[in-house]
Amino acid sequence: MSINFDLTTIWAFIIAFAVFAYVVMDGFDLGIGILFPTFEVGPERDRAMNSIAPVWDGNETWLVLGGGGLFAAFPLAYALILPATYPLIIAMLLGLVFRGVAFEFRWRDPGHRRIWDAAFTGGSFVAAMAQGMTLGALLQGVTVTGRTYDGSWFDWFTPYTLLTGVGTVAGYALLGATWLVWKLDGESQRHARKLGKRAAWATFLLMGGVSLYNVTLNAQYAERWLSAPEIYYAAPVPILTGLVALALLRALSVERHSKPFWLSITLFFLGMAGLGVTMWPYIVPPDITIWDAAAPEKSQVFMLVGTAIIMPIIIAYTAWAYWVFRGKTEDEGYH
Amino acid sequence: MFDSLDALLLARIQFAFTVSFHFIFPAFSIGLASYLAVLEGLWLKTGKQLYLDLFKYWLKIFAIAFAMGVVSGIVMSYQFGTNWSVFSDITGPILGPLMAYEVLTAFFLEAGFLGVMLFGMNRVGKKLHFTATLMVAVGTFISAFWILSVNSWMHTPVGFTTGANGQLLPEASWFEIVFNPSFPYRLVHTVIAAYLTTAFVVGGVAAWHLLKDKTNGHARKMFSMAMWMAALVAPIQIFAGDMHGLNTMEHQPQKVMAMEGHYESHPEGAPLYLFGIPNDEEQRLDYAIGIPKLSSLILKHELDAPLAGLDTIPDEDQPPVLPVFFAFRVMVGIGFAMLGIGVWSMFARYRKKLYDWPWLHRAAVLMGPSGFVAVIAGWITTEVGRQPFTVYGVLRTAQSASPLDAPAVAASLIAFVVIYFAVFGAGTWYILRLMSHPPHLGEKGVKRTEKGPVRTAGITPGPTQNPGRGNEPLPDHEVAPAE
Repeated sequence: MSINFDLTTIWAFIIAFAVFAYVVMDGFDLGIGILFPTFEVGPERDRAMNSIAPVWDGNETWLVLGGGGLFAAFPLAYALILPATYPLIIAMLLGLVFRGVAFEFRWRDPGHRRIWDAAFTGGSFVAAMAQGMTLGALLQGVTVTGRTYDGSWFDWFTPYTLLTGVGTVAGYALLGATWLVWKLDGESQRHARKLGKRAAWATFLLMGGVSLYNVTLNAQYAERWLSAPEIYYAAPVPILTGLVALALLRALSVERHSKPFWLSITLFFLGMAGLGVTMWPYIVPPDITIWDAAAPEKSQVFMLVGTAIIMPIIIAYTAWAYWVFRGKTEDEGYH
Repeated sequence: MFDSLDALLLARIQFAFTVSFHFIFPAFSIGLASYLAVLEGLWLKTGKQLYLDLFKYWLKIFAIAFAMGVVSGIVMSYQFGTNWSVFSDITGPILGPLMAYEVLTAFFLEAGFLGVMLFGMNRVGKKLHFTATLMVAVGTFISAFWILSVNSWMHTPVGFTTGANGQLLPEASWFEIVFNPSFPYRLVHTVIAAYLTTAFVVGGVAAWHLLKDKTNGHARKMFSMAMWMAALVAPIQIFAGDMHGLNTMEHQPQKVMAMEGHYESHPEGAPLYLFGIPNDEEQRLDYAIGIPKLSSLILKHELDAPLAGLDTIPDEDQPPVLPVFFAFRVMVGIGFAMLGIGVWSMFARYRKKLYDWPWLHRAAVLMGPSGFVAVIAGWITTEVGRQPFTVYGVLRTAQSASPLDAPAVAASLIAFVVIYFAVFGAGTWYILRLMSHPPHLGEKGVKRTEKGPVRTAGITPGPTQNPGRGNEPLPDHEVAPAE
């Protein structure tokens, strides 16, 4: 039992890492999609797109790992969450279809480039919104009977999930804008900087709103954040978040290139930590813990061996791919 | 009850639709990634510009096909949970790890190196770029390895025990689970199918351009390579398919009975039905045309060998015969047509007329998309043949679906159908448009530029002005040719 305890906890952290990696890495891709209409048609848009064209596919793969990993390590959670948020997941997948093909299609069909640009933005927005609402639907609780989802197919639609959805859109826009501050220069960079500030404020407000709303959702969440001694462990998260927020606003105001992006990622990391504090040890609140949903030890061990070996290699060649395309994005192919 | 039946049927249609659409793209990109690696390798080895041109020509097409494969593939990785949650819960401890390995060893590899393959030629140097291309090609193969292991386990489940909570738990070694009895056969048969599919696409495109201008050296090279594949690999595929069929007869006899249209047992040699209309209701093959004893000869290598029919299988365990029966015939028919093209091309090559016989080229154009049809038909044969189970003999399809209301599944199904046809229809159109331009000297890559001559298809001179003899100078922003 104690071995199983450890393995299950390790797997919860691995899945959390995959989700975090997805959220920040595809987050800036989706954010650029959301902000795309504010960029001028022509070289400015092309450069924004080119800054992520070589890496978006790898970024999106973390979503498959999050889903596939959940299926493997916590099959019950996979089997509960997806039916509970069915329309959201379908919307997200279809949004990602439009977003993904737009990378190729807009170059292949200049006559209809506006349509594929719109698909890029629409797909990104829908995917971001659906992901945020899925998170909200999970936090607000999923009705479970036995081993199946027992709610209706619109349980996920509440004011709270709308808030988490909009918050995610804002957060992704912040990641996208700060990525572009890093990768672009000149007038485009100034534009990205301006967008970054707005997105930062929106993100702070919505993050705060979601946090406050959270403690009203159920007794456990309130206890975690509002009562002693839990509050001593939890308090550093909001305090650090405030400090990072201030540093981010400052970095966006002065001539910084990569710093706002790294601070935005830190902000997301703290958000993720807060999420962990809130949910632990439930993987499908309010009833199912990570141990309830865990795959048997034999499955966990088999995957852990592979993950321990392969994950560092993945991180290495992913980092290399980013390194290959380092620096400001130019008009590729014009040498 | 009626509602839940409806939702089940809709979920099945949705899965069949999304997986069939998805499978088209990997069936092409598995082969194409390898073809690209071969072309780039030949370019590095020989330094011939022609190989680089062909590499770039197909790279543009690969980029589109791969993007469509990725986005339709993500749908699949979630479809298990959205529509088949009970299946996911029950099989997760066994199939989950295999799919996680697919993500870790294949998807990241493909995606991580794809960016360098598409855009990195000038940034990393030739050898490293070739490495990236190889990694993408290897990644597509590893992906096929794992997903076919998963799929094969659903056909021939081994090494499990049923847990107290109803889950299927791994019991034997993972090696035994991964290399379950039908896996080696299915892997070989499917991967060869992907290579043949690509070869016939390449051959079809080449033949199309040869019909317009048989002096086009690029088209000649493509056609020659594709026809070698057809001649050498089509017979191997027929042999591999036969082995796979024998393996299926051992482990899933009712699937073979459905493929053969054998409702009745034949104690003294079973006929090979060439045609017939399966009638599940009456349990007989209407309008049957068959060759006596031939089926026994093929399946048992003996004319008088007895063969059991579906009359030995309880009705509730029988697959629907009609789709299996016809899909199998379509697949086999195409396989032999491919062999025919291969033989014809060898004859033409022997007579030194490979680039001169328009009827061979016309036939190759006609056969261009045949691989896709065969692959889908083969898929229908094996998957419908597994019914009424998701995990053969263990878990019924009716007990696998998510507890969803029919309207939810109906709405998502409509959305998938409309959006897939629109989006992937557009993508297919872009691919066909790229294919319609003859490959030529100084072929442009997928690099993005708004300056200089735009490299989109529409501005390239038409085939009549540009016979592809390669006399136009390289635009200055292109990759320098090999020294």
